[in-house]
Amino acid sequence: MAVKAILGRKIGMSQIFTEEGIAVPVTVIEAGPCPVVQVKTPERDGYSAVQIGYGELPEGKVNRPLRGHFRRSGVAPQRYLREVRVEGDNLPAVGEEIRVDVFSEGETVDVIGTSKGKGFAGVVKRYGFNRGPMSHGSMYHRRVGSLGATDPQRVFKGRRMPGRMGHERVTILNLRVMKVDPERNLLLVRGSVPGPNGSLVYVRKSVRARK
Amino acid sequence: MNGLDLVHQQYKKEKVPLFNAGDAVRVHVKVVEGGRERIQVFEGAVVRRRGSGLNETFTVRKVSDGVGVERTFLLHSPRVEKIEVVRQGEVRRARLYYLRERVGKAARVREKKRSVEPEK
Repeated sequence: MAVKAILGRKIGMSQIFTEEGIAVPVTVIEAGPCPVVQVKTPERDGYSAVQIGYGELPEGKVNRPLRGHFRRSGVAPQRYLREVRVEGDNLPAVGEEIRVDVFSEGETVDVIGTSKGKGFAGVVKRYGFNRGPMSHGSMYHRRVGSLGATDPQRVFKGRRMPGRMGHERVTILNLRVMKVDPERNLLLVRGSVPGPNGSLVYVRKSVRARK
Repeated sequence: MNGLDLVHQQYKKEKVPLFNAGDAVRVHVKVVEGGRERIQVFEGAVVRRRGSGLNETFTVRKVSDGVGVERTFLLHSPRVEKIEVVRQGEVRRARLYYLRERVGKAARVREKKRSVEPEK
């Protein structure tokens, strides 16, 4: 099985027109080319997978262990490395490049990214709690409210409270590929994708395709 | 040039006539009716243009049978077949929402005393 996953950068959102003239919201992703840096086999590693890289990185920024890793595979240093599980025999060779043309228009993909960080957020923003009245002397606006009953004499674990929000791994399932541009390494998927523009995204063939 | 611009280039119309709020335009729109496609013309005054690049839209207002009708078009949509500038209007603001409160003679836009500019 060929590798059906790629690393890329979120460029931004826009809209394109279909042939019928309908405007479709899309996210533009600059994906690949991703060289195969390492191939893992069941014999040696206990499972089969392919390690792919993405993004230029100057030689001087690579630490020594990684430098050796790249030297062994004969691939230029890559900024990001990710592993893709691949079943079957015909695994790609080290040094082979994975390009956007592994995907085609109309296919569905999953996109994984790191969501935008929201900082220390209150419970209204973070968990969608209702807020109190803003006026008529309520003095109770966006507070957390009750933390539970008095009987247990403690707060149960998992109580939703204020804290850091965002900047976490988010997977968006089943996004439709609207367009593939192999010349410019561009991938257009319908809808939005987690993370700020310029952030790393991982695109793979959808694992739970709707039928 | 970044990837976003490259995408825009492919979908943008090459030629869009120059027009602004206040101008009287005829918009030729493709309409699909029962599997058949035909061109419909919507004529009125431009009350606003908003957005930029591929996302630009404009709104045209006309009074039809005494009822004000406003329609917003996507400037680069392939459904907008053609835009004809009938008349250039002399207006002092970019959004002509004040036309909504006016009827009859008061809802007119003064014509600009200048020749029609060449197409962009």
